[in-house]
Amino acid sequence: MLLIACPHCGPRDEAEFVCGGQTHIARPGPPETTSDAQWARYLFERDNPKGLHLERWLHRHGCGQWFNVARDTLTHEVKAVYGLLDTRPDVT
Amino acid sequence: MTRYSLWSLLREGLTGHRGWPKAWRDPAPRPSYDVVIVGGGGHGLATAFYLARNHGIRNVAVLERGWIGQGNSGRNTTVIRSNYFFPESAAFYEFALRLYETSARELNFNTMVSQRGLITLSHSRHDLEGARRWVNAMHLNGIDSEMLTTADIARMVPDLDCSPGARHPIHGGFMQRRGGIARHDAVVWGYARAADALGVDIIQNCEVTGFVFDGPRAAGVQTSRGTIMAGRIGLAAAGHQSVLAGMAGFRLPLTTYALQAFVSEPLKPWLDKVVISPATGVYASQSDKGEIVLGGALDLYPSYAQRGNLPVAEHVMSGFLELFPSMARVRFLRQWAGMTDVVHDSSPIIGAAPVEGIWLNCGWGTGGFKAIPAGGWTFAHTIANQAPHPLVEGFGLDRFARGALIDEAAASGIAH
Ligand SMILES: Cc1cc2nc3c(=O)[nH]c(=O)nc-3n(C[C@H](O)[C@H](O)[C@H](O)COP(=O)(O)OP(=O)(O)OC[C@H]3O[C@@H](n4cnc5c(N)ncnc54)[C@H](O)[C@@H]3O)c2cc1C
Ligand SMILES: [Zn+2]
Repeated sequence: MLLIACPHCGPRDEAEFVCGGQTHIARPGPPETTSDAQWARYLFERDNPKGLHLERWLHRHGCGQWFNVARDTLTHEVKAVYGLLDTRPDVT
Repeated sequence: MTRYSLWSLLREGLTGHRGWPKAWRDPAPRPSYDVVIVGGGGHGLATAFYLARNHGIRNVAVLERGWIGQGNSGRNTTVIRSNYFFPESAAFYEFALRLYETSARELNFNTMVSQRGLITLSHSRHDLEGARRWVNAMHLNGIDSEMLTTADIARMVPDLDCSPGARHPIHGGFMQRRGGIARHDAVVWGYARAADALGVDIIQNCEVTGFVFDGPRAAGVQTSRGTIMAGRIGLAAAGHQSVLAGMAGFRLPLTTYALQAFVSEPLKPWLDKVVISPATGVYASQSDKGEIVLGGALDLYPSYAQRGNLPVAEHVMSGFLELFPSMARVRFLRQWAGMTDVVHDSSPIIGAAPVEGIWLNCGWGTGGFKAIPAGGWTFAHTIANQAPHPLVEGFGLDRFARGALIDEAAASGIAH
């Protein structure tokens, strides 16, 4: 069971949250110069690491805010919680 | 290889079962092979078997990190069916089901295929409309399926709560009679034994840790048991496919999620169908040992931890109890999870990798057990001919850039 510290509401049970997948994905552009392959990579290809993963979470049954989490996908340890627009934290 | 038969069983029975030979050898890896398959699950082993049997390519190794079948092929809930929606998937999964029907004879191994029928429940008027559309699509694809009324279902599954006051009332459903279950371990072992008999080396405790390049071409793999060169490399590592792709320098449209399963204490014969309830996210069958086998939705965040979380376990159990209230006092014995390789359109990826010399079999997600015979058959063809088998032309990696997704989210049967 994950305990996730929402930046607005504090530590809450994982059942209150929804994971939105990988974060820090930059949308390619402008569209006129973006190839189908680049666009497909943006839409579909994901890091999918075994280990540290930077991902977005939504506190759906709480404040309704999105934020970022650095979490290990093997141990599930939450290494950092940070704002949606913050730069990646210094964790390994 | 000793053929398994009534005669061999009788002979061994009379001599204390001391003469059974090992089902496959335990060879040390050779320095090079024509084809190296990474991943000793059902897909990797079936691929090796069909490379040898259909294409005469016998200088083949299957490299498995742990023991064969330790991944999803030994962790799934064993449902087989071909009730898919789009023509590409229907043709592919129907081919798989047909190969399953003859697999015990073909492999000389009892795969315990039991075509007991698979019922998909409709819990609302809208579910029922969806079911009709689905059944019509299956008929157009030439696959058996039939609509069921609530009374039909109540007769076949007497303990299902079909009362109008049920939390999830049963409005009807549909059935594929040829659907059912097979024994997962037997499928793995059957392909392994048959492949070994044709000369394939099955090398366990051999983890691939990197690739050897000859210019741009992948020409071999580094493993925990040394470097092994390969004419062609086939990757069939399910939840770990992205990790292998990373070692070879490319990315895949996959996300790895944990999918859980549960089995109860053994009961007397109670349920002789497979029942799927998409709306509650639960499905159930009863194994030959009498255990109720339950599955449900994915743990919806990326995970490589083979254990599964509690909220989903609770969700599956509560959904099951709403359907079968009389099961409230049954105890569950075991729970586990496998790492599933989920693709956005819930369809597999079979074909060339972005790196020369590497071929991909992955993206089975929550539903690749039923696909094993066809996955192996078509992947072997694709590797042997360096061109996709006609049944998997639509399942290449190129479909994402072309926008030609084959979205089987509903037929995958599990909430993604
Ligand atoms: C709980 C659960 C229930 C399911 N229920 C069903 C069902 O009812 N019906 C259905 O059709 N499907 C079901 N599935 C899906 C199905 O089990 C899989 O899609 C299928 O087994 C995939 O087979 P595979 O051979 O591709 O992968 P796997 O069987 O996972 O084999 C991959 C192998 O690769 C090995 N490997 C990984 N990395 C390396 C490396 N670096 N070097 C060497 N080896 C490596 C792994 O150890 C593993 O043995 C279920 C899955 C789960 C988890
Ligand atoms: Zn909050």
